[in-house]
Amino acid sequence: MQTQLGSSDDRYKLLEKSMKKLGYDKNALIEILHSAQETFGYLDKETLKFIAKRTKSPYSKVYGVATFYHYFRLKPKGLHNAVVCLGTACYIKGADKILTSFEEKFEIKVGATTRDELLSLLSARCVGSCSLAPVVLFDNKPKGNLTTEEAMQKMQEMLND
Amino acid sequence: MINSLEELEALANTKRCNEQNCQEELRVCVGSSCASLGSENLKEILDAAIKENDISDACRVKAVGCNGLCAKAPLISHCNRATKISILYEEVEEADLDELIQSVLNAAPVTHKHCDITQDFFAAQTKIVLENAGIIDPDDIEDYIAHDGYKTLFETLENKLPNEVIEEIKKSGLRGRGGGGFYTGLKWESVAKVQSEQKYIICNGDEGDPGAFMDRALMEADPHRILEGMALAGYACGADKGYIYVRAEYPIAVEKLTRAIKQAKKLGILGENIAHSNFSFNVEIRLGAGAFVCGEATALITSIEGNRGNPRQKPPHLSDYGLFGQPTVLNNVETLANIVPILKRGAQWFKSIGTASSSGTKVFALTGHIQNSGLVEVAMGTTLRTLIYKIGGGIPHGKKFKAIQTGGPSGGCIPESLLDLEVDYESLKKVGSIMGSGGMIVMDEDANMVELARFFMDFCKSESCGKCTPCRVGTVQLTELLDKFVHKKATKKDLELLQNLSHVVKDTSLCGLGQSAPNPVLSTLKYFENEYLEGISND
Ligand SMILES: Cc1cc2nc3c(=O)[nH]c(=O)nc-3n(C[C@H](O)[C@H](O)[C@H](O)COP(=O)(O)O)c2cc1C
Ligand code: FES
Repeated sequence: MQTQLGSSDDRYKLLEKSMKKLGYDKNALIEILHSAQETFGYLDKETLKFIAKRTKSPYSKVYGVATFYHYFRLKPKGLHNAVVCLGTACYIKGADKILTSFEEKFEIKVGATTRDELLSLLSARCVGSCSLAPVVLFDNKPKGNLTTEEAMQKMQEMLND
Repeated sequence: MINSLEELEALANTKRCNEQNCQEELRVCVGSSCASLGSENLKEILDAAIKENDISDACRVKAVGCNGLCAKAPLISHCNRATKISILYEEVEEADLDELIQSVLNAAPVTHKHCDITQDFFAAQTKIVLENAGIIDPDDIEDYIAHDGYKTLFETLENKLPNEVIEEIKKSGLRGRGGGGFYTGLKWESVAKVQSEQKYIICNGDEGDPGAFMDRALMEADPHRILEGMALAGYACGADKGYIYVRAEYPIAVEKLTRAIKQAKKLGILGENIAHSNFSFNVEIRLGAGAFVCGEATALITSIEGNRGNPRQKPPHLSDYGLFGQPTVLNNVETLANIVPILKRGAQWFKSIGTASSSGTKVFALTGHIQNSGLVEVAMGTTLRTLIYKIGGGIPHGKKFKAIQTGGPSGGCIPESLLDLEVDYESLKKVGSIMGSGGMIVMDEDANMVELARFFMDFCKSESCGKCTPCRVGTVQLTELLDKFVHKKATKKDLELLQNLSHVVKDTSLCGLGQSAPNPVLSTLKYFENEYLEGISND
């Protein structure tokens, strides 16, 4: 993973560019956070401070907005990620059981990353493919109509990739 | 650039003529459900096969939006323009494509994977909002124009005054499809009346209900219709700027809308002095970031302004003090998608569909324990029984129906005894649920109603913004109480407390989230009290 300095300069440049495009506008803070997360994979303190400085906003404001919205992550993701949809349609069709089976197997709670940084286990509130419930996104690719066993199998396939 | 109605029609005609020669069309659905089963790959293979067989003059492959029957995804339809016959294929796999191409080449119909389009799922629907979905290519503005797109906008700019537009919408009886059911014409009128240099139109594409995908499908399948609706709203209310607030979880919708805006701008359909009139209108997209409360009007606005999405007290209403403090109209995606057909075919026509109090149609996302899960559009007043058994095809695995949940976390559960209810805003409210944005989740006999109530309360608990105490603390307490019932450790007193607290949260919360959070509890208590009683421990 490229979280260390060295390569970071380029990414800050990229972020700078998209902020410029948005005119360093305070009102576009959420857009800026989106593009920062896209660039860095997550939002760390350093990035948030950088955004605060550039948009001339207090750090507390930027931090407050970043933590309010579920979509923003303040911690890095693992190499792979699995997002279990916990919307109503998926829940009714047993998504909670899939999630529990993942949690037990990998010994992490939802929202966490395994210690070897191989897998982040996440959940979502409806990804909009409710007809295929239950749905799990394996590395952002949706798979639907899963039984708990099939879900585990797909998980292993992703991790072995 | 298109500067007049004539030029628009000329473009539509050219497009239609160009396509005349190409008799056969293969429409591959690339909506979310089909795409997640690899339909984009199917399209590529078909494209290659057409090239290889050198039949690109006679047949073309088109990527289209959701056709509704998502349970049978991926779907491909084969249309012949001359005969107007269209054949739908379901659950198409790579292995089927050869035969499909052969059938185009020598008119030999494919015998399997055939999906009957005369079945009730399709026949019992009334498509207004979704009329283009699954037919036009959302990435191609010319296709939209060839289907009379933007004609209503241009005709209106030429022939109608803003207040005539408002009168027509008022007469149509159109009500907000985002859940509240507020009369759209009245909402527009209140903004039109205010004098202000700057006004805004906002399209609410946040679709927070976790189990619904109507707005997603609409934005993906027919983005231009939403833009046209917004521009008409802008003209009627005197606004020259629009925002579409879309969930970041809907990347395809964002992509389609972004492209649509770009194409419309390029043709001068959006921008300054549209069709040489003095009306200008620009649209920007703003991304949500996964907060249910941001679907609420005041929270959404403060979120667009770049803040935490905390709602505020009303009044002042959005019509006086909305985005950046200016008069603002906020409408749901589906509401805006109804504007073009109303102005095109007239308020009388629209009123003739639906019930006395709720005219037109409603799109529902039918999911859960149901055979034909998918996206359906029916006239208001259609019964739940028709929706579940006729259109939905009933409950799979020979199980019995137990309840249907409408309105998401703000709605309620409706039991079997009320299946003949004719669905509209009033009737649903009367039985303790709400129309909501259109999520309908069917549950069979195995579903546990207390667990479902807990599921929704837990959702509201984590989505509560924390600004007001009844919602922040109340939802936590209610979740803990429901936990006790789920684990069969509740007492009789807990039942009383559950009821009382539900009413307190409902009556004293600041915004709609808290005010409606107890609805799933109250409605399940009303119809399935025995399941709560079973959660009371005897020791
Ligand atoms: C907690 C909460 C969530 C809401 N979520 C949505 C939503 O996701 N989409 C939507 O269109 N309206 C939503 N609404 C309703 C909006 O506040 C608003 O009434 C609606 O967008 C107005 O548009 P309409 O009149 O066209 O329905 C929500 C309301 C509340 C209280
Ligand atoms: S509930 Fe899981 S995709 Fe909608």
